[in-house]
Amino acid sequence: MNAISATSFLASKKLTLSDPDWVRYALIVATLAVIGLFLLLPLLTVLIEAFAKGWDAYSASLSHPDALAAMRLTLLVAVVTVPLTTVFGVSAAWAIARFDFRGKSLLITLIDLPFSVSPVIAGLIYVLIFGAQGWLGSWASEHDIKILFAVPGIILATLFVTFPFVARELIPLMQEIGHEEEEAALSLGASGWQTFFKITLPNVKWGLLNGVLLCNARAMGEFGAVSVVSGHIRGLTNTLPLHIEVSYNEYDFVGSFAGASILAALAVVTLVFKTVLEWKQKQEAAKQAVEVH
Amino acid sequence: MSISVNNISKHFGAFTALDNISLDIPEGELVALLGPSGCGKTTLLRIIAGLEQADQGDVFLKGDRVTDQPVKNRQIGFVFQHYALFRHMTVFENVAFGLRVKPRRERLGEAIIRKKVHDLLSLVQLDWLHDRYPDQLSGGQRQRIALARALAVEPSVLLLDEPFGALDASVRKDLRQWLRNLHHDLNVTSIFVTHDQEEAMEVASQVVVLNHGRIEQQGAPGDIYDHPANAFVSRFIGQTNVFDLEEHDADWLQTAGLSAAQQKGKIAHVRPHDIVIEKSTHHSDAYVTLKDWQHLGALIRIELVKSGINGHAASVYAEMPNDQFRRLHLNRGDKVDLRIRHAHWFH
Ligand SMILES: Nc1ncnc2c1ncn2[C@@H]1O[C@H](COP(=O)(O)OP(=O)(O)OP(=O)(O)O)[C@@H](O)[C@H]1O
Ligand SMILES: [Mg+2]
Repeated sequence: MNAISATSFLASKKLTLSDPDWVRYALIVATLAVIGLFLLLPLLTVLIEAFAKGWDAYSASLSHPDALAAMRLTLLVAVVTVPLTTVFGVSAAWAIARFDFRGKSLLITLIDLPFSVSPVIAGLIYVLIFGAQGWLGSWASEHDIKILFAVPGIILATLFVTFPFVARELIPLMQEIGHEEEEAALSLGASGWQTFFKITLPNVKWGLLNGVLLCNARAMGEFGAVSVVSGHIRGLTNTLPLHIEVSYNEYDFVGSFAGASILAALAVVTLVFKTVLEWKQKQEAAKQAVEVH
Repeated sequence: MSISVNNISKHFGAFTALDNISLDIPEGELVALLGPSGCGKTTLLRIIAGLEQADQGDVFLKGDRVTDQPVKNRQIGFVFQHYALFRHMTVFENVAFGLRVKPRRERLGEAIIRKKVHDLLSLVQLDWLHDRYPDQLSGGQRQRIALARALAVEPSVLLLDEPFGALDASVRKDLRQWLRNLHHDLNVTSIFVTHDQEEAMEVASQVVVLNHGRIEQQGAPGDIYDHPANAFVSRFIGQTNVFDLEEHDADWLQTAGLSAAQQKGKIAHVRPHDIVIEKSTHHSDAYVTLKDWQHLGALIRIELVKSGINGHAASVYAEMPNDQFRRLHLNRGDKVDLRIRHAHWFH
């Protein structure tokens, strides 16, 4: 009796709270319009401009040595930074979720720093450190180590902007999951590594993949920080985003937008992967939830 | 001694969680670690398991000093308060885990592992659930799977942290009996933590009462109940009426049948079943009024109100079998005579 009156009360409450139809449609249309105007239209422009002079011009500009070098460099940067940020992210999340130590909250704040600092500043930091007048600049040049305006600088700057991605994804997840399953594994005779690979990692795998994916997208797409440290040497220190800018400034619109189309494709692939991940995760949860009675 | 703990102390910052605990548990016992919330039961169990490091003291398992051994070398089975089943593994995989992580030369063949896991699942009567995930089990089922998983590695001691803590009353009752029988069959030295004195008394062969990080008393359930070592134990184990002689109860106790010669302390604890009542025949000096009663199954609990000499009323509880109470023909508000058969005295 009580329950019935409670639900009917809720239902009537919901009814009065639900908006008239026109509000719903207006909101949906407005959202679609914004997405169309600010997301789809630019994407379409990229494609139109890239193919403005036809397929041949498009493929020619993509197979230009400078463009190829830019893509290679971008891949190299991603291949180096993503594993490093992943290892860093997993260890940082582990430390933060598992241990209590002084300055833990400070550490969490510091991990967020790259999110709040402008990427240009991130680049400038390395210029200040490794530049000719920088703290380590003279030491580096004495030992014939090129960091600024070379690949190491680009990788360092990319590391700086991407290192929170995996950690940020994992910290709340690991805190929520807790330590008990790992302790159970240890008490059953598992070694530390076995516990990590058989218990910890499977429990956080979706979050980890998500973080890696976002990190990869950022590593390949980063412009600001890389722009400051790269020196824009064609065929040598231009990543794909820098190559796009340089081409554009030189009125090579097809080359510029052809590069942009690659980055746009990367974004789409990332989105697809993300969707697949979420779908898989839901499926797994559903698989575990069937047959409950 | 199967489990031996010597002078264990543990601090969390300035807080003393365990204060110089020593404990010996003979082979094959089923021991209850009993105490109020926050008294250090889990901490002690985790130190025995090696999941926590003591600040001081030693742990011996089967005579070997294991104080510096990591948990994986201690051959213990640990059942966690919230089960800690591996959520991404089926029931079968959960139970098989301990067998599969063994180093290659000690590892059993896959067929033997299979047989063993199914045997264990049959032992806890849940073989039909082997391909479920932990999410799909009831609390009682998870509890039994957690136990099967701990037993799979043939531990030399079994440690259970509030094994029935998260279950409802009727499931608890079933599982208590079940655990007792299982222990009887397997005979693994076991410690289980509980803050429910009834559970401790019912299941354990030995009870260790803990309070504020110290052991208050250790003994067989009956001994602890009949001979509580101090006021805390007396109060914590079973119901008790407390009479403080400093609040003018001495005279009253004399009229209730405890002569001055019998008064061996400042505080008297009287079990409800040690209080005998009957309808008062001489209304003049009857001190006690019957206020109410509650049925506790076979027993009845009677609430009496004693008007003190200084005027303020205090409740006293008595217990007796139902039929005995019925024969007294008492009603609410009746004056009754009261006699105390036995009291424990504390200072
Ligand atoms: N990691 C920790 N840091 C600080 N204090 C702790 C920690 N672990 C336990 N304590 C404190 O130590 C005391 C004993 O804790 P413990 O978990 O052993 O209690 P318990 O007897 O198991 O209680 P419960 O019945 O509620 O589970 C508690 O007061 C608790 O606050
Ligand atoms: Mg506890």
